[in-house]
Amino acid sequence: MDSAVRFRKVSLRYGRVVALDGIDLAIRSGEFFGILGPSGSGKTSCLRLIAGFDRPTEGEIELHDRPATAVAPYDRDVNTVFQDYALFPHMNVEQNVGFGLMVKGVGRRARRERVGEMLEMVRLEGLGGRRPSELSGGQRQRVALARALVNRPSVLLLDEPLGALDLKLRQQMQVELRALQRTLGITFIFVTHDQGEALSMSDRLAVFNRGRIEQVGTPREIYEQPSTQFAAQFVGDSNIVEQRDAGAASHARGWFSLRPEKVHLSIREPAADGGSVAVMGVVADVQFHGASVRYVVSLSDGRSMTAVAGNLGSRAEASDVGPGDRVWLNWRFEDLHRLRDPEGA
Amino acid sequence: MAAALPAAARPRLGRVLSSALLLRPKLLLALLLVPPLLWLGVVYLGAMLALLVQSFFSIDEFTGLIQRTLTLRTYAELLRPAHLDIILRTAAMAGAVTLASAVVAFPVGYYMARYASGRAKTIFYLAVMLPLWSSYLVRVYAWKLILAKEGIVTWTATELGLEGWLDALLSIPVIGGTALSVSYVGTFTVFVYIWLPYMILPIQAALERVPQSIIDASADLGAPPHRTFRDVILPLAFPGVVAGSIFTFSLTLGDYIIPQIIGSSRLFLGQVVYIQQGTAGNIPLAAAFCVVPIVVMSIYLSVAKRLGAFDAL
Repeated sequence: MDSAVRFRKVSLRYGRVVALDGIDLAIRSGEFFGILGPSGSGKTSCLRLIAGFDRPTEGEIELHDRPATAVAPYDRDVNTVFQDYALFPHMNVEQNVGFGLMVKGVGRRARRERVGEMLEMVRLEGLGGRRPSELSGGQRQRVALARALVNRPSVLLLDEPLGALDLKLRQQMQVELRALQRTLGITFIFVTHDQGEALSMSDRLAVFNRGRIEQVGTPREIYEQPSTQFAAQFVGDSNIVEQRDAGAASHARGWFSLRPEKVHLSIREPAADGGSVAVMGVVADVQFHGASVRYVVSLSDGRSMTAVAGNLGSRAEASDVGPGDRVWLNWRFEDLHRLRDPEGA
Repeated sequence: MAAALPAAARPRLGRVLSSALLLRPKLLLALLLVPPLLWLGVVYLGAMLALLVQSFFSIDEFTGLIQRTLTLRTYAELLRPAHLDIILRTAAMAGAVTLASAVVAFPVGYYMARYASGRAKTIFYLAVMLPLWSSYLVRVYAWKLILAKEGIVTWTATELGLEGWLDALLSIPVIGGTALSVSYVGTFTVFVYIWLPYMILPIQAALERVPQSIIDASADLGAPPHRTFRDVILPLAFPGVVAGSIFTFSLTLGDYIIPQIIGSSRLFLGQVVYIQQGTAGNIPLAAAFCVVPIVVMSIYLSVAKRLGAFDAL
């Protein structure tokens, strides 16, 4: 399989600080790949290595199956949309977008034409003469995108490009970016700390934590079968359940992830069933999220569990449950997913 | 409640004043601005104006008395070949010093802004600022010794077998002389040394404001380092270079001590002003000479503005 980017045992250290610790990763050509992790997890370092701004302390990086560790950023067929957009403040929009073509020696007329096409694609026609300081955040973001894509790179890197936009604009740009990637067929590598964004946009994603990759997979795989406690709790919400709750699903000792929406909350004790577990607890907190309601329930042994129920309105069984009420939680063994980590919560 | 009232009824003077000022922000602004504006307006601009007026007076060549009638005669005198020579020589020196300062200062400012961190940065700041703490006269006299015929430069050149090069430099007409300390090369060297901090600091400040991501972006878009330097770093640092050059250029235009101590006997603008208002007692001509740097600087700034030096501000 053709891989756009491949990391082989890549480590990056700044003095004593370890930014990346022995990363192995293959990103396929033409996929929308998400890099998800909390700040300081190494995701931006990873992007900087692909762009060529930093060199790995150890290991090799390949671009399209060719060694790229020693290739300078300006010789890489990779372009970046920076987190702060990094537009050139002394150039107007047209000059910004045409910069890559200019340094490659593309003639004035061909340049104008391609810049025009790009501005049209990102819907900024007529703003070519403006300075970056005269644009809104969303417009700057589009200029940064056009400036990167005009070079027709084989890989586009996006470093939290939607972080500075407000919610509505962010949702709109998510859809647009996804559509753009499908049309262009370019490999998009997208760094984000927003798990919702990573799940909804990526073909596959990698979950980073402390300079290591916790898990790589499709959004569904990572959500349904998180391999570590970190992945289970960073991507979505998760109850970490000990082996003794796992019942028949388990033969060995270990820890399991259980998604809150798979925990059923009821006022009456549920009917006994060989495939499920039921426990009793007291509601500690109810959080109303509009489309769903989140219940935090304290169990008799002092632990707490979370259950999420859709806001079913009048059809809901437990719609008027409040703090202090006694409730039953039950879940099915098949919804438990075994975690790789040896240690517990 | 009753016990708390007297304190509230007699608020302190500071409180009264601060709340009065809070309600009248313009009064506060006026109080803050009037003293410096008086200083600038009366003392500085007033002196300038007096100077300007003096330059339109003339001197009676027989009596040596100042004639207080407005005339352009003194300005016409500026255009005499000997005077024009001085003006052109000074402007050329200021231009050369500015150019050389910019070339020397840029790498230093660049290193300070982009690479030096923590300790190294402090050491660089100290190294740049330290000369400004010691007497300017002492430093100029030190240079006289360094550049003298028996000085360390000649000695080093001889020891290294480079005296041929030094002699060749000194034998160049106009800029050469019998020794470095009595040549234009010497004057130029000392000017560059003395004004260098005024060039380094604004360049460093301008480069400090350029985010690393912009430089990364240039490389990312395919620009090799020399293109990044030419198309991104230099334009963004240009306002700093211009700010520095305003210092080096105007300071060189007006200085009368360095060319007095180091250089040939040919005069610079500042020296002429010094002589005319002192020994010669020709205040109008001294005033007219003082107007020259002001005019030259105005032309210089308008050219810089035309070149887009202030666009990135």
